[in-house]
Amino acid sequence: MIPAEFAYRRATSVEDAIAALADPDAKVIAGGHSLVPMMKLRLARPALLVDIAGLPLGGISDGADEVVIGALTSHADIARATVLSAGPLAAAAECAASVGDAQVRNAGTIGGSVAHGDPASDAPAALLALDARVRVLSAAGQRDVPATEFFKGPFWTALGEQELVTAVVLPKPAGQAGSAYASVEDPASGYPLAGAAALVVVEGGRVVSARIGVTGVSGTPFRATAAEAAAVSGASVGDAAREDIAGQDVFGDSRFDEEYRRHIAAIVIGRAVERAVARAQGGAK
Amino acid sequence: MSEQGTARHRVTVTVNGVERTLDLEPRTLLVHALRNELSLTGTKIGCDTSQCGACTVLVDGRSLKSCTVLAVQVAGRSITTIEGLAPGSTLGVVQEAFKQHHGLQCGYCTPGMVLATVDLLGHTPDPDEAAIRHALAGNVCRCTGYTGIVDSVRAAAAAGAGQ
Repeated sequence: MIPAEFAYRRATSVEDAIAALADPDAKVIAGGHSLVPMMKLRLARPALLVDIAGLPLGGISDGADEVVIGALTSHADIARATVLSAGPLAAAAECAASVGDAQVRNAGTIGGSVAHGDPASDAPAALLALDARVRVLSAAGQRDVPATEFFKGPFWTALGEQELVTAVVLPKPAGQAGSAYASVEDPASGYPLAGAAALVVVEGGRVVSARIGVTGVSGTPFRATAAEAAAVSGASVGDAAREDIAGQDVFGDSRFDEEYRRHIAAIVIGRAVERAVARAQGGAK
Repeated sequence: MSEQGTARHRVTVTVNGVERTLDLEPRTLLVHALRNELSLTGTKIGCDTSQCGACTVLVDGRSLKSCTVLAVQVAGRSITTIEGLAPGSTLGVVQEAFKQHHGLQCGYCTPGMVLATVDLLGHTPDPDEAAIRHALAGNVCRCTGYTGIVDSVRAAAAAGAGQ
């Protein structure tokens, strides 16, 4: 399969890339592992591809209050970043390690993944749980969009037509915190049938706050607020998770029906919380 | 339409250590550039949907699926195909391990398996079985099965392929 014809150019700067997006038929390409398959199937037919892979938007910087992951950072580099995996933001690394396969993780970038907005992608779960902000730039300047407001529906995000994702910002949680990502994948595609990330803070052995992000289950990644409350109150997280999922318009197909997905979504939420708590308490991985 | 048009691009890449310049349409996939323009047919086309891994090559040392990469995207970068691992008549360490440990039967997935293994051992010189299976999850074998492949990767690691 070969894509339809298009023009191609390499952006010389972030400003140049944004200027090129004035063409309504232009599309940004980074790793291309979501876009190129869609172009081969001709589900996407951009007239112009603006390649940003050469721009200085990669790398992870560890600040005092937050970790900034450049948009062009590959899933592989995020998965191997000890600044994430060794601390309370481990869910971000674990989530990146669950994306696709090794080759996809080498090519695919966090910025591309969030801009693409695939409701079956892993990343939104971790971004919701870790209270991330998506940093976007346009001719009008820079703005940070909270993850809770960024993902709007299938392949629909808060990103404007002439905006570029430049980074994902993860605030460092205060206190004794831990996080984890758990998923059950479609064995053929590697996409999560349900994926959940949890961030918890414990004090004196008790969970005092919890944030849970869920992806893959429905058209829009969401926070499991009932399960969050249960994790703090000591009620059954699994029961509360089922309540969260009951409010969702859940995907279903001939192989993995709606009921099955509801079932495994509750399970992965429970696993993510359990492992996040264990990590916060300094126990088992 | 954009003002740039769909003009062909001159793409210079280093393939197996040799600089090559190609004149390509932007829509040319890397796998087609390698096979059709450079006659490097060791890189296979399997599913053509970035799932099977038969088209795996290394770009700057990292495994990618060349059916999902445009050749223009890799301009200026260094590509290793299966041919690059055995420039003479002697097999590379990973190739030899696959031969010795029955890591192949029909051989169609093998170039991709071998290159994915080279990537793995480059960052994880002594992987355990779980790490091997995780690293090769994007490479599908439909005939010999994975036991021999995992054994081959362990043997390659023991032989120092990742050192």
